[in-house]
Amino acid sequence: MTRVGVVTVPGSLDDRDAQRAVRLAGGEPVPLWHGAHDLDGVAAVVLPGGFSYGDYLRCGAIAAHSPIMSEVIAAAERGMPVLGICNGFQILVEAHLLPGGLVANDHGAFLCRDQVLRVENTSTAWTSLYEPGQHITVPLKNGEGGYIADAATLERLEGEGLVAFRYAGINPNGSANDIAGLTNPAGNIVGLMPHPEHATEPGFGPDTDAAMRSGTDGLALFRSALERVLA
Amino acid sequence: MTDAPASPAFPRPAASAPAVDSTANAAATPEREQPYAALGLKQEEYLRIRDLLGRRPTSGELAMYSVMWSEHCSYKSSKVHLRQFGQKVSPEMTANLMVGMGENAGVVDIGEGWAVTFKIESHNHPSFVEPFQGAATGVGGIVRDIISMGARPVAVMDALRFGALDHPDTHRVLPGVVSGISFYGNCLGLPNIGGETWFDPVYQANPLVNALAVGVLRHEDLHLANARGVGNRVVLFGARTGGDGIGGASILASESFAEGSGRKRPAVQVGDPFAEKVLIECCLELYRAGLVEGIQDLGAAGISCATSELAANGEGGMAIELDAVLLRDPSLTAEEILMSESQERMMAIVAPEKLEGFLAVTSKWDVETSVLGEVTDTGRLRITWRGETIVDVDPRTVAVDSPVYERPIAYPAWLDAVRADTSATLPRASDGDQLRAQLLALLGSPNLADKSRLTDQYDRYVLGNTALSQPDDGGMIRVDERSGLGVALATDANGRYAYLDPYAGAQLALAEAYRNVAVTGATPVAVSDCLNFGSPEDPEVMWQFSRAVEGLADACLALGIPVTGGNVSFYNQTGQVPIHPTPVVAVLGVIDDVGRRVPSGWQDEGDNLYLLGATAEELDGSAWAGTLHGHLGGHPPRVDLERERDLAALLAAAAHEGLLNAAHDLADGGLGVAAAEACLRFGVGARLVLDGLLERDGVDSTAALFSETGGRVLVAVPREEDVRFTRLCEGRGYPVLRIGVTDAGGEGGPDAALEVQGMFRLPLAELRARWSAPLATVLGEGAITAAVR
Repeated sequence: MTRVGVVTVPGSLDDRDAQRAVRLAGGEPVPLWHGAHDLDGVAAVVLPGGFSYGDYLRCGAIAAHSPIMSEVIAAAERGMPVLGICNGFQILVEAHLLPGGLVANDHGAFLCRDQVLRVENTSTAWTSLYEPGQHITVPLKNGEGGYIADAATLERLEGEGLVAFRYAGINPNGSANDIAGLTNPAGNIVGLMPHPEHATEPGFGPDTDAAMRSGTDGLALFRSALERVLA
Repeated sequence: MTDAPASPAFPRPAASAPAVDSTANAAATPEREQPYAALGLKQEEYLRIRDLLGRRPTSGELAMYSVMWSEHCSYKSSKVHLRQFGQKVSPEMTANLMVGMGENAGVVDIGEGWAVTFKIESHNHPSFVEPFQGAATGVGGIVRDIISMGARPVAVMDALRFGALDHPDTHRVLPGVVSGISFYGNCLGLPNIGGETWFDPVYQANPLVNALAVGVLRHEDLHLANARGVGNRVVLFGARTGGDGIGGASILASESFAEGSGRKRPAVQVGDPFAEKVLIECCLELYRAGLVEGIQDLGAAGISCATSELAANGEGGMAIELDAVLLRDPSLTAEEILMSESQERMMAIVAPEKLEGFLAVTSKWDVETSVLGEVTDTGRLRITWRGETIVDVDPRTVAVDSPVYERPIAYPAWLDAVRADTSATLPRASDGDQLRAQLLALLGSPNLADKSRLTDQYDRYVLGNTALSQPDDGGMIRVDERSGLGVALATDANGRYAYLDPYAGAQLALAEAYRNVAVTGATPVAVSDCLNFGSPEDPEVMWQFSRAVEGLADACLALGIPVTGGNVSFYNQTGQVPIHPTPVVAVLGVIDDVGRRVPSGWQDEGDNLYLLGATAEELDGSAWAGTLHGHLGGHPPRVDLERERDLAALLAAAAHEGLLNAAHDLADGGLGVAAAEACLRFGVGARLVLDGLLERDGVDSTAALFSETGGRVLVAVPREEDVRFTRLCEGRGYPVLRIGVTDAGGEGGPDAALEVQGMFRLPLAELRARWSAPLATVLGEGAITAAVR
């Protein structure tokens, strides 16, 4: 079974959820500890949500310098699929694996809601099983999810098709260009603020028209990566 | 905020006094005047301490007794009444009880080797003084109670009471409380699965912030707060001790407010949820490795409480070197260290041979740890500071044998007049248009309005086991991922009912929470309560309290579910006017598979709608009387616990058979509000016909729509299950009446409405607009509204 690492740093909150999502997608979740300099032979890595080290400096800023991150960065540069969710996205940005920054939501409050996203790029390691332009619903829950970047960076992201997910319907936090998630040019690194791992198990996901809490639109992210590393 | 300046609450010794007030010094200077009154002790209590010790207490001992004998920690005014919870008990109530009242939290066996611990606790006064930190540390404190039982916390809830929505103080307190709960709970990674928010001018300048936490554990992981095993080490770990929260239990929680409560701000603790999250994981790893003999969290009264309770529950002796406590502020005095309520600290009893392993785990989590001393067989709690003994007491006199008061009780002089003023004289609606306007006004009133602007600030997804959460009637959490075993929780209280009749009011709160658990498909099994009242020194308040406790204890016996823990919050008054008695009751239920849970609103077209239970003319104390007529008088709805029990059993059976698509409790605002809420839940409308109800129950349309009779639930039954459902009800002899059908209002629901035939039609869009408006107004038409709604 394909082994997928899930990094836990002090303050990780959705790490067990990411592990469950890997399992539901058919992979074997492998817990990775922030203090280790060892990826334990995994084929892909998930940086889960939370408040790493309390996020008292800038979200993800300290975690980006944790021992395990030097291994993650090296592996990512070799092409290993790496997914950053929420705080994990913030860590990827702080580690300069993805450009830009994430700031407090424009309305100033933490917000938890079922969010519709449009999948903009289906050539990444984590999105290949989606249809281009597909609308998916996954939970969003954060206080600092507003994506910012300078005009040149935004232009490059748009020009090179590096926006992986965009908020659809409404923009819940003031993100530039409605950006919800990004990928790198190689397509192996993806970061997004919403939580696909919370839309993987019927009964515990977002509401759908068919039934409450039945949404599993997030499962395809994890399946895409498993397919990619098997290919 | 980090190191707060030392609190002015504890008077520092004059410069000429010796730096350390040792026991020897105390014996040698019996005449020294001591600031017992400033610490919240009465003269007779101070004299009793001198009696117990055979000398004057040292300043350290005085600090300990003052916090541990405070109302908040000692239950000195409530104890004589609370005993009923231990006395009115039947075998069925104790059958699944692993740990009852008196420990940090009660523990209930839910089967399959799993146990659940839960508790609700107040943090009212701190939340008034400093709303954000007060509410945040309220969450933190109750979660540590759960950890200290050996459990993993899995969810939180909160029961909130504020003044009038449009009052300036509500605008100061509410946003801070909500963001404090949001900040702390979200950073801990605990889903917030429900609770309630209520507005009434009686809570102006005295808001109620009651926080609930629930945790799960395997039977073998149960831990208790006792210090056994002579030679075992006493270890303090977690955050450093600072100058925050000094005297929180005594001078803040155990007194009424006068002017200038802002000066009490240093008595409010400051929370660090990251430290607590790390502490949770660290404790769970310590438990798994079997490295802990006994454990206690540090909450109210800090080290004073933890050492004296651990020692009193164990062999009775403990020797502590206070110098070993790691400090945030090195200038703290011994008394301040003993009293500090700094958050995110735990105290463990560790066998000497396991200490190394223990320290390895805490260091893995970067949790600072210090060994303070050890368990002894002396029967004395001895604490040294800078080489001198500053505390030498029998720990039981501090933690257990605190004063007990039989406070005077008096039937309130005003109550008969209030009860005589019933709602019978209030004008009734004469046509459908008026009924329509009244229903809209009720749904657009703060208490019944949409609370999602508050609850959307809470993470309800984290941990991935949330099967139900707000706005459903109860929250539900999966406990076992393989079997689907889970628990449901609901909290309720109606201060208006309890004002009219505290005995019935407490029972109605229990009945509603019980019903709210039952509608989810779970079977209620246990109770935790948070009893919020005015000053116990007011005989009329004490009468309300005694009646409420009696009512609750009697009702628990009738329903066959035990109270497993909780707390009492007195002194909820500013000046002479107490709040309405507000006994908040939390009920825990068990469901063998959360996959069979039932939401509180319908999702499908064409379901039949049934009303379970009969409707009586009961509008006294109702939302209809209060909101539309500004009236509060008469008698609250009749309590029929036998009926509630039958109803819960019927709902559990129906959910188990998969006969229910939705079930929603009828409470504030009656059938009209319940039907509207069930429509709004998923945006699917309904057509109701009330002729049969009017005829069967002999009530008019106002009572049919707005009466608050108990024992009633509105359910949606899929057509194909119609026969089985009605047979089930008839077989159990429970009143059931088909009153309508769900109606989606076309593809996408453009014409969805709540229609009551012959009376009115309310498009859901109009209903939703009114329902969403009140809280949007108070929190400002900010970007959330603009962007998200």
